[in-house]
Amino acid sequence: MERKTPLYECHLERGGKIVPFAGYLLPVQYETGVIKEHLAVRTACGLFDVSHMGEFTLRGKGALDVLQRLLTNDFRGMEDGHARYSPMCNESGGTVDDLLVYRFSGEHYMLVVNASNRDKDFAWIRDRLFGDCVLEDISDTVAQLALQGPEAEAILKPLADSPLPEKYYTFTLKADVGGVSCLVSRTGYTGEDGFELYCAPGDAPALWNLLLRAGEGRGVIPCGLGARDTLRLEAAMPLYGHELREDITPREAGLGIFVKMDKPDFVGRAALEKAGIPSRKRVGLRVTGGIARENCPVFSDGAPVGFTTSGTHCPYLGYAVAMALVPRAVSEPGRVLEVEVRGRRLRAEIVPLPFYSRKK
Amino acid sequence: MHFPENLQYSESHEWVSFSEDKTALVGLTDYAQHELGDLVFVTLPEEGDGVTAGDPFGEVESVKAVSEVLSPVTGVVLEINVALQDSPASINESPYEAWFVRVGEITGKVRLMNASEYEAFVEGK
Repeated sequence: MERKTPLYECHLERGGKIVPFAGYLLPVQYETGVIKEHLAVRTACGLFDVSHMGEFTLRGKGALDVLQRLLTNDFRGMEDGHARYSPMCNESGGTVDDLLVYRFSGEHYMLVVNASNRDKDFAWIRDRLFGDCVLEDISDTVAQLALQGPEAEAILKPLADSPLPEKYYTFTLKADVGGVSCLVSRTGYTGEDGFELYCAPGDAPALWNLLLRAGEGRGVIPCGLGARDTLRLEAAMPLYGHELREDITPREAGLGIFVKMDKPDFVGRAALEKAGIPSRKRVGLRVTGGIARENCPVFSDGAPVGFTTSGTHCPYLGYAVAMALVPRAVSEPGRVLEVEVRGRRLRAEIVPLPFYSRKK
Repeated sequence: MHFPENLQYSESHEWVSFSEDKTALVGLTDYAQHELGDLVFVTLPEEGDGVTAGDPFGEVESVKAVSEVLSPVTGVVLEINVALQDSPASINESPYEAWFVRVGEITGKVRLMNASEYEAFVEGK
């Protein structure tokens, strides 16, 4: 039985088309449709309910040591009020999940994990805790809204009692936004500037309505999971279960920058070191003659060489793209591969990632 | 939602318009385009291809998914609407102008409904 987020009634009121996703009932789109919602985020602003995401706290004098041991990024030298992205690997170097770590203090962190991996991650981390450290799943006491797009700052600023976090991947732990107490984080999953706001579930509907009302003149609209996926794909951001899996390493997925091989030992390090430079690589494909989705076979000179991990028609760019895992030897931009879609081979030219990046 | 009186409708949500010259235009209904969402890609058959009542003859794709378009009639494709390939969104905007194919030499058809029958059919969904 799927659960409702605290914003379920708000989605119905706005005509959200509800689908089950990762154990929750969430809107895939509103009456506006995926394309208009996608474009609103690129050109103005969109508001998403991402309350399905999982949140854990990690507290105690040993919290940093646990992060260092279980995650691939390096959390030393991180300041309070900063957030850091990291994959989490299994012993074979494959990916258990990718997550965000918020530092509240040197002895208090919050981990934001994928909804579909919440139970798996909790068990994985709990079974590997050591030293003075307590893990808690606080997901049910946290709602999350994402306000994304070039107008997000202008909409949020007048509502907040304190200055907004200025830098990408920083946050304000306690801000008052129109009477609602929130953690305001300058992060997102769309490729645009924007904010993620964490609040108590009971406050979420008031915050949702406030942001939509305040942003009306700046073109804000509510957006569903459909646009969330096309936006992240256009920006070439990995999605767990697609670009990342238990049998795909973060280095294969092009996330080597978040795997700090030079820090002290961590879970998966030995396997990653042994594998060396990965033999396969995540590439971007520009697809013509159709749309390739996930798990389509990829061919080079007629021979099968890999598979797509995600694909769609990009509403902003106006053409079809896909991401694929292919051998390094055939991964250079400009090379023309083929993708098989329902028995037809489509032209797929390797292009640099990301497909889209915002002008700064 | 709009279902013109002069068209006939299949259970798989295609519309057919039979003309006096015994050919038929085929497209997707307003209900279908609404359920599919923003369409971004269309695959059509070629002129001269045979089509069979109840079998797929083309595909439409939204940003999220692909769906088959079934032929309501058995016959031969006389003409395809190539303009559709450049503007799949026209199916969302004006579903009864955005025809896919003109079929001739018609020898069979699926069970078809009139506008009021079809309206009752989709209301039961």
